[in-house]
Amino acid sequence: MKQEAILTSGPQLGTKQAPGRQVLLQKRSAGRMLKDAMEKTMNALFFVCGMAAVACVLLITVYIFSAGLPAIRQIGLSDFLLGRVWKSTAAEPSYGILPFILTSVYGTVGACVIGVPVGVLTAVFLSKMAPPRLAAVVSAAVELLAGIPSVVYGLIGMLVLVPAVADVFHLNSGACLLAAILVLAVMILPSMISVAVTALNAVPPEYEQASLALGATPVETYFKVSLTAARSGIAAGIVLGIGRAVGEAMAVMMVAGNVANMPGIFTSVTFLTTAIAKEMSYASGLQRQALFSIGLVLFLFIMAINAVLNLVLKGGRDDD
Amino acid sequence: MTEKRRITGMLLTGAVYLAAALCLAVLVGIIGYVVIKGLPAISWKLITGVPSVTKGTQGILPFLLNTLYMILLTLLIVLPIGVGAAVYLNEYASNKKLIRVIEFTTETLAGIPSILYGLVGYLVFCQKLGLQTSLLSGCLTLTIMTLPTIIRTTQESLKTVPISYREGALGLGATKWHIVRTIVLPCSLDGIVTGCILAAGRVVGESAALLFTAGAGKLVAKSLLAAYSRSGASLAVALYLYVFEEGNFQVGYAIALVLLVLVTAINLAAKWARKALKQKT
Repeated sequence: MKQEAILTSGPQLGTKQAPGRQVLLQKRSAGRMLKDAMEKTMNALFFVCGMAAVACVLLITVYIFSAGLPAIRQIGLSDFLLGRVWKSTAAEPSYGILPFILTSVYGTVGACVIGVPVGVLTAVFLSKMAPPRLAAVVSAAVELLAGIPSVVYGLIGMLVLVPAVADVFHLNSGACLLAAILVLAVMILPSMISVAVTALNAVPPEYEQASLALGATPVETYFKVSLTAARSGIAAGIVLGIGRAVGEAMAVMMVAGNVANMPGIFTSVTFLTTAIAKEMSYASGLQRQALFSIGLVLFLFIMAINAVLNLVLKGGRDDD
Repeated sequence: MTEKRRITGMLLTGAVYLAAALCLAVLVGIIGYVVIKGLPAISWKLITGVPSVTKGTQGILPFLLNTLYMILLTLLIVLPIGVGAAVYLNEYASNKKLIRVIEFTTETLAGIPSILYGLVGYLVFCQKLGLQTSLLSGCLTLTIMTLPTIIRTTQESLKTVPISYREGALGLGATKWHIVRTIVLPCSLDGIVTGCILAAGRVVGESAALLFTAGAGKLVAKSLLAAYSRSGASLAVALYLYVFEEGNFQVGYAIALVLLVLVTAINLAAKWARKALKQKT
């Protein structure tokens, strides 16, 4: 606005008023300089904000590695990863985390075996088969499931599921791998369903129309055409679910029993995550460092899962 | 149509409906259980009370306050950074490679389990920066955790602001910052507000990351400064402590009910914000 004023009044100014005009010009350039400085500052500020995420990931990586490596070096990589006995508080402590690794793997696989079919079928329901009103209800339910805090899942697992498991299978205690698998199966559903629904909704309608025109029934079309066309998105949803299952700590801690056994479906077990959460509050010395090493192993697991997720998503993009 | 095809089709339809019913049943079961067990356990006295062993009183007020304080400070820190990052990605950055790196790291942050955030938060904030186990350490940890949420929702919303708005403003001689401040940000208010609400939801539900960083304090602080410099349990952490460590299920049910109400309210608010604010702009 200032510039406009100067431009319109400029030609009418007499020579006598020249000094005033110069002041205006100076003011104008001062204003512009201020503006330029502002632009540059904001540019830099936004750049700093943009790099915040990168800095955080670097920070986390550096700290996880630097805190996790010393104990591994002291215990020995193969003794640490392949040792079958974890006795961190014994007089002669033993730090083998194979039970935790296998439990995390079995628990995740088990959760997927139960969760993936339910999730994919529900996604087909939401995306293709449900009447609009029913779809709204179910998708609201799925959203709410995603929002329920993991401690609430843990509470219900501990007070409902664990006694039920003990009852059905005649166990002394129902706090076992099976209970953890069931809780995880429910917990991975929401993220898996929402990704799968997005993928199914993105299937071009022509594919389905062509299939229907060739005489396939709607159900056959959904399962043979839509699911196939959306496979990379669905795979991404499953990988996302796997990531959540591997990383879940509190809910699992409340239902899995937390004894460092080798995994069995009815034995009390400790996951990678719960091994950290359980002992962190009182651990010290090498025991504490070993917990950080477990954190490092968990971190590497998650990074591998992330890499797979990216590959799956990239593969899907190439298909289109 | 052959008999086999017909039966397969019916079976598949049945399976699809069964799966959807199962999802619905799980949710109804969880909510029903918490409400049935929680309603008798909860009372105004419990909500506004303070837990004290000597006086023999129970209460969840400190945890409610701690949760609220955490939401406030976390949002206060993460909002400028997250929105700034989204603006940088969408408006300023021109280097494609850099954008990809930032987006990749944002996704990575979203995928890291909260227990690892707890470990790193403990190492960095409690130990390295000497903040001890305090609400402040917890908030800083939560800031990193909620950063991806804010960046993503803001960015999605920024993308929907028509490019012609920016071109129009540029044609009128506006500078970049001026455009961002007066056009881009106001137009993407819906995404920013939704992001805040979702981040608040994450704070409410978080427990593993807070267990080692914010600790298990049960006191009501006298001032805000004291609150942030002392250890304090959020609702979710308190639920875990009461149920798993102390075996006090009654308070556990009450906290679970409060958590469910909060989470549902947050969920509805996010939906409302996305719709209502979008229409206005």
